[in-house]
Amino acid sequence: MAMMEYMTTKKDELVGWIRKFSLFPYPFVTACCGMEFMSVSSTLYDTDRFGAALPRFTPRQSDLLMVVGTVSHKTAPILKTVYEQMCEPKWVMAFGACATSGGFYRNYSVVQGIDLVIPVDIYVPGCPPRPEMVIDAIVMLQNRIAGDRHPIFPTEQTPVKV
Amino acid sequence: MVNPDLQQELHGQYEEATESFGMPELRLRAENLLAVVQRLKSEFGFELFLDVTAIDHVERSPRFDVVYHFYSRPLNARFRLKVAVPENEPTVPTLTTLYGSARYMEREVHDMYGIVFTGNTDLRPILLYEGFVGHPLRKDYPMEAEQPIVNYRQ
Repeated sequence: MAMMEYMTTKKDELVGWIRKFSLFPYPFVTACCGMEFMSVSSTLYDTDRFGAALPRFTPRQSDLLMVVGTVSHKTAPILKTVYEQMCEPKWVMAFGACATSGGFYRNYSVVQGIDLVIPVDIYVPGCPPRPEMVIDAIVMLQNRIAGDRHPIFPTEQTPVKV
Repeated sequence: MVNPDLQQELHGQYEEATESFGMPELRLRAENLLAVVQRLKSEFGFELFLDVTAIDHVERSPRFDVVYHFYSRPLNARFRLKVAVPENEPTVPTLTTLYGSARYMEREVHDMYGIVFTGNTDLRPILLYEGFVGHPLRKDYPMEAEQPIVNYRQ
């Protein structure tokens, strides 16, 4: 007889557990933090170990929008479009000081933090952040996803107000 | 030596000749610009238009300096021209007739400093965006002014 023919769990925990290990990031790379993103996603630090490695180069197939680098006022509409193209559920990581707060730029061209344009779930400060910080952020985000509610059945979803 | 030759050749077409870190530099008036550049290009081989930019001297009159850099392969030398333009009429003739690359660089200077290049037919914003008010590299542009395109979240 097999060890485990069935198991019981809560639906939210099961869905959260599934979702947290299948984060498909979409790298929205605009500046020098991109180097750090390459290092964190490639062999040495390897975010694949945490189930968040396969970058999808279309926002429509991804869950985690990683905004890596400075976002200027001219780029902001593009960022907003990319965010709106992502399917639910979606999360946003502000990667680096510029995406978090504008960094050391205070001028005519730089958005003072991407949270002015799109909602952000997790901020990674640093100029650029250490790969360990990014991994830590991913793990924190995964823990949050694991503990979240995941309404997937129609009955759970908030009814549309007419 | 490039500098004495050029000074002699171009005598009367410039106001002041100096040298800065080995690079010859001429100050001249806007109306002489095209003639001087034409001669630099055809007679001395300054075929590469490196850059055009501007300097904002807020307290000075005339307020702006438009700065040109050229490179000559035969002479292996660089050359700088400075044209002073006043604030109320910041115009210089375009160099697009001599150098095609001037189109884009002049657009940038027009964006950042509001210098008008007469004869350049395409002075749309290149680094800024449509609807941007003002010229951000002017010293009197407020440092914290923002002109976002998307509406900020509440």
